[in-house]
Amino acid sequence: MNIHEYQAKALLKSFGAPVAEGVPIFSADEAAGAAAKLPGPLYVVKSQIHAGGRGKGKFKELPAEAKGGVRLASSVDEVVSHASEMLGNTLVTKQTGEHGKQVNRLYIEDGADIDRELYLSILVDRTVGRPAFVVSTEGGMDIEAVAEETPEKILTLPIDPDTGVTDADAAQLCDALKLEGEARSDGMTLFPILYKAFVEKDMSLLEVNPLIVMENGRLRVLDAKVSFDGNALFRQDDVVALRDTTEEDEKEIEASKFDLAYVALDGNIGCMVNGAGLAMATMDIIKLYGAEPANFLDVGGGASKEKVTAAFKIITADPAVEGILVNIFGGIMRCDTIAEGVVAAVKEVGLKVPLVVRLEGTNVEKGKRIINESGLNVIAADDLDDAAQKIVKAVKGA
Amino acid sequence: MSILVNKDTRVLVQGLTGKTGTFHTEQALAYYGTKMVGGIHPKKGGQVWTGNVGDGTADLPIFASVAEGKERTGADASVVYVPPAGAGAAIIEAIDAEIPLIVCITEGIPVSDMVKVKRRLEKSSSRLLGPNCPGVLTPEECKIGIMPGNIFKKGSVGVVSRSGTLTYEAVFQTTNEGLGQTTAVGIGGDPVKGTEFIDVLEMFLADDETKSIIMIGEIGGSAEEDAAQFLADEAKKGRSKPTVGFIAGRTAPPGRTMGHAGAVISGGKGGAEDKIAAMEEAGIRVSPSPAQLGKTLVELLKG
Repeated sequence: MNIHEYQAKALLKSFGAPVAEGVPIFSADEAAGAAAKLPGPLYVVKSQIHAGGRGKGKFKELPAEAKGGVRLASSVDEVVSHASEMLGNTLVTKQTGEHGKQVNRLYIEDGADIDRELYLSILVDRTVGRPAFVVSTEGGMDIEAVAEETPEKILTLPIDPDTGVTDADAAQLCDALKLEGEARSDGMTLFPILYKAFVEKDMSLLEVNPLIVMENGRLRVLDAKVSFDGNALFRQDDVVALRDTTEEDEKEIEASKFDLAYVALDGNIGCMVNGAGLAMATMDIIKLYGAEPANFLDVGGGASKEKVTAAFKIITADPAVEGILVNIFGGIMRCDTIAEGVVAAVKEVGLKVPLVVRLEGTNVEKGKRIINESGLNVIAADDLDDAAQKIVKAVKGA
Repeated sequence: MSILVNKDTRVLVQGLTGKTGTFHTEQALAYYGTKMVGGIHPKKGGQVWTGNVGDGTADLPIFASVAEGKERTGADASVVYVPPAGAGAAIIEAIDAEIPLIVCITEGIPVSDMVKVKRRLEKSSSRLLGPNCPGVLTPEECKIGIMPGNIFKKGSVGVVSRSGTLTYEAVFQTTNEGLGQTTAVGIGGDPVKGTEFIDVLEMFLADDETKSIIMIGEIGGSAEEDAAQFLADEAKKGRSKPTVGFIAGRTAPPGRTMGHAGAVISGGKGGAEDKIAAMEEAGIRVSPSPAQLGKTLVELLKG
């Protein structure tokens, strides 16, 4: 689960991290009041969407020469005019895709005089199974590009969960970031704070890009991106309260209500599969035979008829779907349960596109019989290759 | 021979009294009499669990702790069906009781809990399989976890996979080709786990009965690249077996978690193409389709 920058900063501030003063706003009317609460004379007006690249992003509705999604202002009036131009419009960045994202929230922040921009993130390093800091002196730019071009400028430092960030760890991070004087003592304090926030709040990613050294020699968290471990939300009620569902795909929200793993994609063949690996492999094989999957959908190991019905309805509700492939290898999942769910869903919502069903494993004969006796226009398939070829042919032929 | 488990493996069940634990314990007992020796429940110690097996029933003693269960039964393995919030603690209890093999089926354990488990494992001699895995099965001897026993056949292929259902595909296809399996091992779809590909590949290389290997990976992390490097290094020492590979998630978009918590391409790393290239370079025959695992292996064995 992702949250907005202003929410991430408030969270980090509550742990004691140095962040600028700022006020989130939801309408242009609030802009002047928000700016008045800040010291000035420099302000930053930042679009709040769950995607990076905002500064270089462009608003769809504005002329090409208009400024991007993060703007500087040197007066309250300028803050207001930026806010009214940005709010409600669609920001397209390299991470949003061409559809862009509507900007419904802005963050008005106190400006800072920047001396140096650094990169810092914490994530779980899966090769060692520990949280790790990733830091670089090359902040404010894409860390992937830094990793590609100058990997020697990146330090990855895994932390022993039994000890947390030791003084030696913090000193090593300070050295890598070339922090001296006040910035160094700020760093010695900040790194354990960020680690504590990461662990206590069950974050999966905490990225500060950039972390800045200001002209006055102090450190400040200038931007913050935080994602949380979805599996830990059950014990993080205050984090769940920060969820902004307008940032999420409607079909994915609906799927999450039924505990279905669903990811919306751009193709036209809807998929319903059991098991994440097989679901990915099903997408891959559709592509292998020349078409594109409309979604990833794992109904899970122990799905009920109701869950299967819900899954089928989510797939058919997608207007891009021109054909459906159901691929089940019943281990724990019984084929007759899947068959009953599919038949019930089709009876409820109808079937306007070709449907290929491949069933294998537990109770396969019973499952096939249910499908056959339902009278539905279903194309049966023997294995995954056969199923993929049949659905691609049916969709392309249509 | 087989790896990890055989007909003598004695298994405790953590989470036996729940619906999932009960169902799969019944299935295990019905599978060539896998030696399920007891269940663990902190408040139900001293009670007896009764399950349906075949046409009759079977009873298992319930112990209040893993340590007591091990002491009383001589168990050398434990399977964890405890729900996510308590599963990390359940694994740690089994580690502290010095259970040699712990298999965690539970999906959805917070990563930070697994970080703690992993640290504890480093200081112990226990091996953990999973979490978020289908378990391990040696045909006609022992079934721990949720794999469907009816698709297996005793034979010569070692199967190791991050995905449950793709394990079943590999097993089913090698059964249909007449090859059968020595052992199938699910290592699980989580980012932080107890056992990696390399650990299992080492066991398969060392096992005389395992004549060939199927290895099924997916996007996320670099365990497949590490495994490919391992196989290439071992081959230079003269240790190698014909290996077929598959990687799921060629079409997965970056930054999105594809069902398994560990299946995500992040920071430009963990994509399928890099993994496939590394595996091919190490001499692994990578099947383009999950429906061709068995056939690809048969072709490879023909030479």
